[in-house]
Amino acid sequence: MELPIYLDYQATTPVDPRVLEAMMPYFTHAFGNAASRSHSFGWDAEGAVDKARKQIASLIGASSKEIIFTSGSTEGINLAIKGAVEMHGAKGKHIITTLVEHKAVLDTCKHLEKQGCEVTYLEPDSTGLVTAEQVAEAIREDTVMVAMIWANNEIGTVNPIREIGAVCHERGVLFFVDGTQAVGKIPVDVGADNVDLMCLSGHKIYGPKGVGCLYVRRRNPRVRIVAQMDGGGHERGMRSGTINVPGVVGLGAACAVAEEDLEKDAAHSIALRERFEEKVLAELDYTTVNGNHEHRLPGCSNVSFCYVEGESLIMGVKDLAVSSGSACTSASLEPSHVLRACGVGDELAHSSIRFGFGRMTTEEDVDFAAEQVISAVKRLRELSPLYEMVLEGVDLSTVQWQAEH
Amino acid sequence: MAYSDKVVDHYNNPRNVGSLDKDSENVGTGVVGAPECGDVMKLQIEVEGDTIVDAKFKTFGCGSAIASSSLATEWIKGKKVDEALEITNTEIVEELSLPPVKIHCSVLAEDAIKSAIADYKQKSSDGDEA
Ligand SMILES: Cc1ncc(COP(=O)(O)O)c(C=O)c1O
Repeated sequence: MELPIYLDYQATTPVDPRVLEAMMPYFTHAFGNAASRSHSFGWDAEGAVDKARKQIASLIGASSKEIIFTSGSTEGINLAIKGAVEMHGAKGKHIITTLVEHKAVLDTCKHLEKQGCEVTYLEPDSTGLVTAEQVAEAIREDTVMVAMIWANNEIGTVNPIREIGAVCHERGVLFFVDGTQAVGKIPVDVGADNVDLMCLSGHKIYGPKGVGCLYVRRRNPRVRIVAQMDGGGHERGMRSGTINVPGVVGLGAACAVAEEDLEKDAAHSIALRERFEEKVLAELDYTTVNGNHEHRLPGCSNVSFCYVEGESLIMGVKDLAVSSGSACTSASLEPSHVLRACGVGDELAHSSIRFGFGRMTTEEDVDFAAEQVISAVKRLRELSPLYEMVLEGVDLSTVQWQAEH
Repeated sequence: MAYSDKVVDHYNNPRNVGSLDKDSENVGTGVVGAPECGDVMKLQIEVEGDTIVDAKFKTFGCGSAIASSSLATEWIKGKKVDEALEITNTEIVEELSLPPVKIHCSVLAEDAIKSAIADYKQKSSDGDEA
């Protein structure tokens, strides 16, 4: 067993060796520009890109003409939301999203609010779930788009996308889904699931970083968006810029592997997650698993350890690579906006850690991790004045704390 | 975030962890911070004459908060009460090389010392009146 153990699969994943192998030639002898039409270097690159497009389309139930390559999900999100609003400004300027989105969606919405759009932020239930009824109620005459996360990156909650998509189609509203964490982990079929636009990202599915794509529906309805990157008109005019051929090949290979191994991967991650949670919950009191127990991403376990502060716990589990919430917010001292939106109090949000399990995680890793977590929590609780008070029977909610807010 | 060696040392081997009898007349207790802010420090002193003969702490908070309070107990043990009041958060920041985002931990430790001493003084003046 190699230390530290990587348990942060929602932040990023290692590149699968099968993916790396597929990519290698495109860094070396097959280095052509896929847009070069006059020689074999270009044709080879174009062929490889076409193959990748098919592999991606096959995983998500799309046709290869509906795949627009991007630099990742952040770009896909910006292109989908800004591009749709710009295209359909005449219809209206209302967007519906949720409070538990990734920052890329929330900040894009904030940007559009400054430009005169109106955004409704749906509040999830305590498990992070948003329902089709909530969406139906929020849709107005001037609603252009519903933009929503499929599987949450912090707590793993999986939204009822198919039902929400049906509502959107019935009401003639575009439906954009952030599929970054869902694709390759749970079954995704953009046709049956009523999705109009969906982003995905290579590095979350054992592919390379800096490459992803946006699915843009071509029929029923034909979705049109305005490009946010002007230039040579690549990707059917929707995303100019020379295609990252090795990256795209890697993304395609990652999707092909994911399609083949989806069930096996999911079963593996769920077994590890359950093994971990069983061990931890058996040894520690005042410990809860956040998110939705039924509709959850296979490899995600977000746990609150009451009366222990998260950063000190991360320091205590020094052989584990874990995070408190999303990778981009763990540099700030703010508790997670996702847990907050789920109604988890700030004191518990400060006590929460996300453990991510994936394809390369072993049972041995999980056993070691569980042991290290258990001993660190026990040690820190010995140090915790809150735990002491609770054991003495003090109700912490009645205490007058001395702190400037 | 990388922690300084001294923070790591206090985190791994915290000095003076524990509790003193808060009902004892010689013991002053300070509890500062709030759970929703992510830090709570409890610091206690035991005083004989005008000297702090023992100090204990418990802290809910990040590694820097734990280290700041651990260091505070180490520093005040053996000091006269009035000398302990002179300890400032900047001395803690310097000793532990705390980065700017962690300065509030040192402030909290200073507050905890002051709060424990205030509690002790309150108790002893109440005792005098009785
Ligand atoms: C749900 C979700 N959306 C979007 C992103 C951004 O993806 P990328 O790193 O490809 O820009 C991430 C990853 O951080 C994510 O987890």
